[in-house]
Parts: sequence; C-alpha cells; structure tokens
Amino acid sequence: MSSLTPKELYNKLSQEAISHDEAHQEKTRVMVGTATCGVAAGALKIKADFIREVEAKNLQDEVDIVEVGCIGHCYAEPLAIIAKPGHPAICYGHLDDGLVHRLVEDFLAGDDPSYEYAMAALERNDVFPTFEDFPRGVYEQKLILEQCGFIDARDINSYIARDGYSALAMALEEKPGWILDEVKASNLRGRGGAGFPAGRKWEACIRSKGEEIYVICNADEGDPGAFMDRSILESDPHLVIEGMILCAFAVGARKGYLYIRAEYPRAVTHVQEAIDQARVKGLLGESILGTDFSFDLEIFQGSGAFVCGEATALVNSMEGKMGMPESRPPRLAQKGYRGKPTVLNNVKTFAYVPLIIRKGAKWFKEIGTPENPGTAVFSLVGKVVNTGLVEVPMGTTLRQLIYEVGDGLPNGKEFKAVQIGGPSGGCLPETALDVPIDFDSLQDAGAIMGSGGLVVMDEDDCMVSVARYFLEFTQHESCGKCTFCRLGTKHMLDILTGITKGEGDDETLNLLEELAEDVRDGSLCNLGRTAPNPVLTTLKYFRDEYKAHILEGRCPAKVCRDLLLYYIEPPKCSKLCNVCVGSCPTEAIFTRDDGLKEIDQEKCVKCDNCLKACPDEYNAVVKLSPPVLPSEKERKAK
Amino acid sequence: MQLLEGEKEQILASVDEVLKNSSKLREDLIPTLQKVQAKLGYLPALAMEKIAEGLNVPAADVYGLVTFYNQFRLNPPGKHQVKVCLGTACYMVGGDITLESFERRMEIREGETSLDRLYSLERVACVGCCTMAPVVVVDEEVEGKVTPTRVDGIMLALQDEEKKSVTEQEPNQGRGEDS
Repeated sequence: MSSLTPKELYNKLSQEAISHDEAHQEKTRVMVGTATCGVAAGALKIKADFIREVEAKNLQDEVDIVEVGCIGHCYAEPLAIIAKPGHPAICYGHLDDGLVHRLVEDFLAGDDPSYEYAMAALERNDVFPTFEDFPRGVYEQKLILEQCGFIDARDINSYIARDGYSALAMALEEKPGWILDEVKASNLRGRGGAGFPAGRKWEACIRSKGEEIYVICNADEGDPGAFMDRSILESDPHLVIEGMILCAFAVGARKGYLYIRAEYPRAVTHVQEAIDQARVKGLLGESILGTDFSFDLEIFQGSGAFVCGEATALVNSMEGKMGMPESRPPRLAQKGYRGKPTVLNNVKTFAYVPLIIRKGAKWFKEIGTPENPGTAVFSLVGKVVNTGLVEVPMGTTLRQLIYEVGDGLPNGKEFKAVQIGGPSGGCLPETALDVPIDFDSLQDAGAIMGSGGLVVMDEDDCMVSVARYFLEFTQHESCGKCTFCRLGTKHMLDILTGITKGEGDDETLNLLEELAEDVRDGSLCNLGRTAPNPVLTTLKYFRDEYKAHILEGRCPAKVCRDLLLYYIEPPKCSKLCNVCVGSCPTEAIFTRDDGLKEIDQEKCVKCDNCLKACPDEYNAVVKLSPPVLPSEKERKAK
Repeated sequence: MQLLEGEKEQILASVDEVLKNSSKLREDLIPTLQKVQAKLGYLPALAMEKIAEGLNVPAADVYGLVTFYNQFRLNPPGKHQVKVCLGTACYMVGGDITLESFERRMEIREGETSLDRLYSLERVACVGCCTMAPVVVVDEEVEGKVTPTRVDGIMLALQDEEKKSVTEQEPNQGRGEDS
C-alpha cells in the first residue's frame, strides 16, 4: 500500500500529463486523422507530404506532426486539424499534395489560414464557423466520441490531461458497490445490440460469488458496414480500458480480456500500446494507484466469425474451440470463460462507464429518453451526403439523423429505405422515418438497434437484392449448430436468388415468409433468430417489388442483372464517339454499318461500364427491365 | 497446391519455433495458428498436422477451426494480393461486378491463388472507407471507385511490373518444383 491516496497519486500523474501536453501546445500542431478510414483514403501519404513540405520550409522545430484518430467526418477524408498558436484550431478536408503544399506555405510559414479550404474550426471564435454551427452540430451530442480524433491515441498523457482516469481515482476511494450503484442508477443499457442493462449484468456476476471473475470486452465487430467500435479503439483506447478497470473493481475481477478482431490491426496495436502505457503509470497491473486492487488486461485476437459476437460463442472461441453458441442459462455471469463468472460488454458500453462515474448517473439520465438514456453511435453509410461516424441522443428520429445529420441523399434521388442493425436488422421505409431511435421503438418497427450500422438506400437500390445480400452473409456465417439456421437460411437464400432471376409463383412469397418465421423460432442464438429480419421487413414494406420480380420478370430498381439488359438508344447515340466500345471488357459493343453503336447481347456481361462511360451529353446507354429489346417488343405486338 | 522447393523445411521450422513458446494448452490453439499464419502467409496441411501433434489436439479439430474462422487461409497468398470489399456500401454500388471482373481477368475464383502464385483474390467484409465504394485493396494500396475498366488497368499494371521483374532476374530461376 502506498502512503498516498489514489487521488493524490492521480493528481501527480495528471500534473505530469498536463505539463507534457502544454509543452506540445506551444508549438503548431498538425493532426492528421489516421484511423483505418483515413489511412484507406491516403492519410499516411498526406502525413508524409506534411513532413516533407515542413522540412522544405525548415519549420520542423516549430511544427509537430501527429497522428490522431477519427473525428467522424469520413466523407471529407483525408483530413487534418491545424492548431497554430494565435489561431483557432481548424479542420481541413479532402487533402491532397497540392493543398498540403499550400497550407504549409501560406499558413504554417505565412500566417494565412486559407479559410477557403477550411471545413470548420474546432473552438468558438470570431472568424470561422465551428462544427456545432453545421446542421449536424445541432443534433449531434458527442459523449464517447468526444475525444476521438482530437487526442493522440498513442500517448496516455493526452488522455490523462483531459481528466482521463480521474473516474478511476475517484472510484478507488469509494467502496466497489458505489460504482455498481451509479451504473445501475444510470440505467446504462448494453450497446452490443440487445440493450440489456449493464448494471444488472454486473450484479448477477457479483451474486455468483466466484473466486475468479473475468471481465471481457466484446470488440468482435463483424457487421459489414459498421466501424464504430474500431474507431473508438483506434482513436481513444484508454476510455474503454478505464471503463473495464472500473467494471473489474465493481465486480472484483483480477483479469480481463479485449476480444478484438484480427482484421483490425490498427486497433490491436493501439490498444496494446495503451495497455503497456497504463501499466507503466500504475493504472493497470498490481496495486492500482497504490491500493490493494490489482487488475490486468490482455488482448485476444478474434479470427473473424460473425457468430462470435454472441457471448457463449465468443467464450468458446477464446477457449480454442469453434465459436458455437451454447444454450443459456447458465448465463456467462454464472458460468463463463474457463467456467468462471464473466462480465461481457460491448466496447461502447465500457466507454460510457468512466463518463458516468465522473459526471454522475443523473447527468447521464438527462441525455436521451428515460427508458433509453445516453446516446446512440452509428456508422452512417450508403446513399447519404455526409457519411461517417455520428453520435446522437437516443430518441432522435431517423428523419433527423438522415436529413439533418447526414444532410440527405445525394444527386437528388428519392429515399427508399434505411437499413438498421446490419444482417440482423431490418429495412424501414419512408413511413417509418419518424420512429425515434431507441432499443424498444426500433424493435417495434421490425428492425433492431444492433451494434449501429445504418445504411441509407435510394430508388436505385433493389430491396430483393439487399435482402439477398444480408441473407447470403448470415447463411455463410451460420455456425451450423441448429438445423433451421443451417439449412433454413440456405433454402431461403435459394428462393431469394430465384426471385432475383424472376423465378417463382404466387406461393413463393408465402413459403419464404413461413420459412423465415421457422428459422426465427427454431434457432438457439440471435444470429439465427434475427437472420430473417431483412427478409421479413422487406416483405412487409416492399412486397410489390418482390411481386414485380416474380410476376412481371421486372426489377423496378434495375439492379438484378438477370432481369435487365443494356441497350444503346439509337436516337441518342453520337456516331462520332467511341467511348463505349473502348470501355467494354468483353468487346460486346460494335459499330453498325450506319455508324451507330450496338451491344451484342450474347457477349454482354452487364458490367455497367458502358453506361458509366457514355458521356453525359448523350446518355445513350440505358438499362431495360424486363430484358426485352424494343425490336422484340414491336415484333410481339404485331 | 504443390509446395515449392524448400517450403517443407520452412514450414517445419516455423511451426517448431511457434510451438517452443507455447503453453501447449488447448486455449493456445487459435493464437498458435495465427502466429504460424503470420510467418507462412497461410496454413498448409503439413503445418496443421504438426500443430495438432504439438498441442495434442485431433488434426480434425485443427482443420475444423481453420475452416470455421475467416482469418485462416488454406491457399498461399499470391505475390500480388487483391481484396475486393463487399461491405454493404460497396455491394450496393456494384462490388460484385468488380469481383467478377477480377475473376475473369485472373482466371481464378474468389478465395483462390493462381497456380504460378502470382495473384490471389479475396473478398473482404468492410475496408472501412465506404465513401470510396466500390473499394479494392491491391497489395495494401486502397483503390476507390473501381469499375471493370479500372480492373483492366490494375491488372495491366501488375502484369507490367511482373514482366519488368522477370527481365531483371536471372532468366532460369524457376518458381514451381515437383514434390
């Protein structure tokens, strides 16, 4: 035991961190967003460009170039924040080498912030609007994403300087029961998708009175199109770690694991570095902050199986077995990892805990709705202008999220549906847009909160094809334990594939619906129980589209390739242009004797290339569904 | 897929090295497989047998795990690896068409490696840059808005690079070896 109290020890750490941080702030800081999304858009090259340009101007002693995480404005990647003393910190998006050159020359070497290229300022000032002034800023409220993209994820001082680990220091001076009471009072619901109250889970674990208790963080984010957990782990790993330590103190665990997908190499590296740094500071490991409480963390790399998001499957996979779910009870709280009581929560759930302890359960309950306090984090993708990572209070409507935060649909297209909850979720139509976002309302509408992927679809998206896509995913990821999930999803997939080819009759849709209900009722875990959701909701809201496929052989959105053909409209085709001929990968387009272009339907693979290639002034290539050429149509009419 | 010259020895050495630092518990099976794959790029049958022996687990269980999890690969990665993103956003703007174009050009199916081990083709769930959809990762480089024409361009560039590296090398350096 140390002679100093946890708070005194923490104050020392905090002062060190603040002076370390202030030393940095005297210099100009260029913060390049290098989470996976940024890197994919070329952020590392941009960082190299900054270093090169800064060195060329001989400014390397005055300018720090650092990597930060994701600020959630993915549509503008690659982006960087420049904080120069005397100016508000400003964010620049859509960077390329030319713009970097200009910013270094005008802003870093000169003193002109080049506002014409700026996106927003990060703090209130008299010269340039901030993100809060965007329509998006009105609805967005960042709790767990607050520091993402603004702090150096790879430097623990950056986190501590902003009150990081103060919740831990505070809690260690209280009884473990105090944390539990706060978390229970806050009514924090698990953010993995099901929304089970975290406090009750922890309490069940304490009641099991095991000698060994484990705390596991589920970061096995497997939905296609969801990247919230990855962004948090990459951008602010200590927030999650602090939440896990607090949980461990509350339930009396000495050992914890972060189950992170091996496909997230950056998240794994950042979290491992964070664990090592926390150990050095005495925030993790033996006698934390001088108390007799000890807790250590380890990373387990998940090997990529969607079903491992399910609690019992995840534990099986950690024990070196195939990730197959078990029937519950016993719940993990009674018999989990190595047969011992285990708390398993999602990344986001743990991330809220330090904030709740620091600011109190009352503060947390004032955000969102009474039954669903706090915020919801979504990765907003698909046909929406501002794609990215967003955090809004629970109870915000889907319409606000899509049209205000996401700024609506691009290219003036008509909204068709929004898909929530990934492969386990559902597609909701226009009429459901005023549904408030919370666990219960979404479930009533037929979708689920899920772990937070949100895909917007417009008139060019075929609902049958979307349902087929998600079912193909779950069918592939089904572990094979339950017959209905293993064979039922396969059979459903076959039916759906048939429909995309125009096969089927009046009975097909009833059969599909019946099968979907059987799969839902006959499966053990939530993968199987929710796998039919995309099919059931599209059948409910977009039955006409299914019928058009089967009865008319027509795909209304012109997506299903077996039900359409590509055709060059002779009146629109310019004889002088050869673009389509060159664009065709199978040499199906030829020049007729009269100079017009035509597609050889035998050779055409329907790759959409000629349609994209045809210049806007002609737009002569069109898709026809049902796949009947005008000449054939005429012949039939005669 | 046939083993190359010297590959057998390399496999045995890699497995031995990983097993040396292993606790030999069943719990260690997945981390062991991950480490061996990190060294070899894939998990050849021989490596799976040796790991089964080393951890005292039936070989069938090891094969079961390897085929259960998406991370493990049974085919060696090609010299050039192409990963086509089929996350929701990419799928909706024609990621499947892009994948098909690669299959046509490489003359292999998704998940396979060409016999000369020059190219391998995979589909991945989400690269995480949905705004650039459809996305393809070619040897760690991310390519956005990939159309079938761009696929032809990518393949031409790779083939060109290969031609150059062949003329730079000794002409008689064979790649394949019967075993």
